[in-house]
Amino acid sequence: MKTENGVSRRAALVKLGVFLNGIVGAFLAVPIVRYLLSPVTRERKAGYESWLSLGQLEQFPAGQTRLATYRNPVVNAWDGETDDIACWVRNVDDKNFQVFAINCAHLGCPVRWFPQSSLFMCPCHGGAYYQDGSRASGPPERGLFQYHHKLENGQLLIRAGEMPTPGRAANDKGGAATCA
Amino acid sequence: MRLIQKVAEWFDLRLQLGTPIRETAEHPVPRETASWFYVFGSAALTVFFLQLVTGILLALIYVPSAGEAWTSLQTLNHSIALGWFIRALHGWGSNFMVAIVLIHMVQVFLFGAYKFPRELTWIVGVFLLLVTLGMAFTGQVLRFDQDAYWGLGIGASIASRVPVIGPWVVTLMLGGPIIAGATLSRFFALHVFVIPGLLMAFVGIHLLMVLKLGVNEWPMPGRVVRRATYLQEYHELTHTQGVPFVPNAVWKDILFSGFVLLSIAVCAAYFGPFGPGGQPDPTIIQTAPRPDFFFLWLYALLSFLPPAAETPILLIGPAIGLIVLIALPFVAGEGEKSWERRPIAVLTILLIAVGLGTLTHLGERTPWSPVMDAWSSEPIPAQYLQRRTALERQGALVFQAKQCHNCHSLDGRGGERGPALDRVALSLTEDQLVRQVIQGGGNMPAYGKNLRPAETTALVAFLKTLHPPTQLPASNASRAIALREGETN
Repeated sequence: MKTENGVSRRAALVKLGVFLNGIVGAFLAVPIVRYLLSPVTRERKAGYESWLSLGQLEQFPAGQTRLATYRNPVVNAWDGETDDIACWVRNVDDKNFQVFAINCAHLGCPVRWFPQSSLFMCPCHGGAYYQDGSRASGPPERGLFQYHHKLENGQLLIRAGEMPTPGRAANDKGGAATCA
Repeated sequence: MRLIQKVAEWFDLRLQLGTPIRETAEHPVPRETASWFYVFGSAALTVFFLQLVTGILLALIYVPSAGEAWTSLQTLNHSIALGWFIRALHGWGSNFMVAIVLIHMVQVFLFGAYKFPRELTWIVGVFLLLVTLGMAFTGQVLRFDQDAYWGLGIGASIASRVPVIGPWVVTLMLGGPIIAGATLSRFFALHVFVIPGLLMAFVGIHLLMVLKLGVNEWPMPGRVVRRATYLQEYHELTHTQGVPFVPNAVWKDILFSGFVLLSIAVCAAYFGPFGPGGQPDPTIIQTAPRPDFFFLWLYALLSFLPPAAETPILLIGPAIGLIVLIALPFVAGEGEKSWERRPIAVLTILLIAVGLGTLTHLGERTPWSPVMDAWSSEPIPAQYLQRRTALERQGALVFQAKQCHNCHSLDGRGGERGPALDRVALSLTEDQLVRQVIQGGGNMPAYGKNLRPAETTALVAFLKTLHPPTQLPASNASRAIALREGETN
C-alpha cells in the first residue's frame, strides 16, 4: 500500500521507530558520557589538589634531603595503601625548601636519593638528577617535578593531590615546574 | 544407542544445526593445507578458551579492589587448594597466547594469506593482536603488585604526552587523580568485560571469514594472485584436489592444541604462578619496576630514544605501525604469495624478530640502569689496589663512596650505564679525567659541586692507575712543556 509520493505506510513507521530510538539513544548518551567523564568533569570543580602537611620542620634537617609521605587528599575507602604517596623534601638552609615528586620526569618510576653523590637516580631507564632536582643525565627531558610548598606554624605544607606526569607539567612555563 | 539417536533427532528438529555443522566440518580445503604450518590459529583459539575458563575460576576468589587485590592473590597462591596452579595456568596461558598469536601472524604474512580476498580477515587479525596485547597489559595490572602500580605510572606518563588533552586522558585512564582503587576497578572492567567482549566478536568474524573464504592455499612460487581470476582458481583447487577439513586437516590442529595445552600445564606446574611481587605500597620506593616479558622490548626502547624525539615517536609510532599493518593487504593485495619470491617480506620479518629479540634481551638486563647498590656491595678488585699509593687508594674510596661503581664496572662488576673503567687511563689523560669528573657530559652527571678538590685529585689519581701493566697511560705530550712555560712566565 503506497501513498501518492511512493512511501509505504510501514516503511514510514519503521523510519519513525528508528528516529524515535535515535532520540532516546541521544538522551541516554548524555548521562552515560557524563558518567564516563566524571573523573575529569564533576570532581574537577572541587579540584583534586589541596594543602596538606608533611609534618614538623624538625624532621627535615638543614642541608639534607629526606623522604616524606603524605595521604592523598581525595580517597576512596577501598584504595588500600595506594593513597600513601612519597616525596623528597630538600631543606636547603632552613628558609628555602624544595619538595620533589617521587615520580621520575621520564616515565614516573620512583627515584631514589643518594646523599653521598648528591644525585637522584631512577631504577627504570637510568635518569639522574642533581640535588636541586635539575636534570643530570639519562632520558628525562626535564628536572624533577616540584610541589608548591609553604611553611606554617612550624609545619611544611605542600599542595598535592594529582599524580605528576610529563604532559601535565609541560603546561607550565619555565624551570620552576609544579605538580599541579 | 537408539535412545541417543532419538534425543539427537529431537534436538536437531528444533535447532537445525546438524546439517550446517556437518557441511562446515566436511568443507573441502586445499590438500597441502593439512599441514603443521596451519595449526597456530586453532591453537590460539584453544588457549583463549583456556584463559576464559581459568579466568572465571580466578574471578571466584579475586577481589578487584586496590586494598584487597594483593591479599586475595596471596590467598589464591597459598590458602586455596591448587589456587596457585590455576593462577599459573592463566599466567602461562597468557604468555603462550601472545606467542602463538605472533607466530600465527608471521605464518599468515609469509604465506601471503592476507592477499585478496582475505584482506578483511587480516585486518580483523590485526585487531585481534591488539586486543590480545590489551588483555596481557590489563592482566598484568590486575596482578596488583609493585610492578603493576609503577607500570600504571609508566602508562600514565606516556598517555600524558598526548598534546592538549594529555592530562585528561591520564585522569580518565586512572579514574581519578592518582593510581588508586578506581584505577584497578576500571582495569578489571576492561580485562573481564570490555576486551574479552571485543575479542570474542573479532574471533567470531575472523572464523566466519576463514570458513566463507576458505583456508589459504599453500603458496607456490609463480602462482600469482589476481583479483579477476583468484576465486575461480581457488574453487577449482579445492573441488578437484581438495580434502575434507574433518578429518584430513583437523587432526593436526587437535594434536597441536593438545600439545600446547600440555606445555602450558607443564610450565604452570614447574615454574608456578607469576607473582604477585611486592605490595602495591607507593611509599616503598626500593623497587625496580619491570613489565612482563612481552612488553620488555618497549621498556628497553624507552631508554634508548633520544629525549627530544621520545614523545613524537611514542605517540606517532604506534599509529604508523597500525596504518602499515592495515594498509598491507591493500598495497600488496595481489601478486606472489610464496615467501621464496618475496625477499623483502622475509627480510622484514627477520629484522623485526632480531630487533624485538635484542630489545627484549636488553630489557631483561637493563644495562642502562644504575646498579643501585653496587657502591656498597661490589668491592674494588684487589689487583687494582695492590702496590698503590695512599692517594690512589684514597681515590678508590672516593670511587666507592660517591657511587661511581653504580654506573661504571670494574673487572666486570658494577653498573653498565657508563663505560667500564678498567682501561680508562689508556683513553683519557689526567686533564681529561679531571674535566670529565667535574663537568660530566656524554650522559654523565657533573660532580664538580659534589667533590672537594682533594677528593677529585685522589679519584683521578686512582683512575690514572686503571690500565694494563704492559701499556702506558694516555698522556698529553705538550703538558709538561706548557706547565714549564707557565712557571717561567
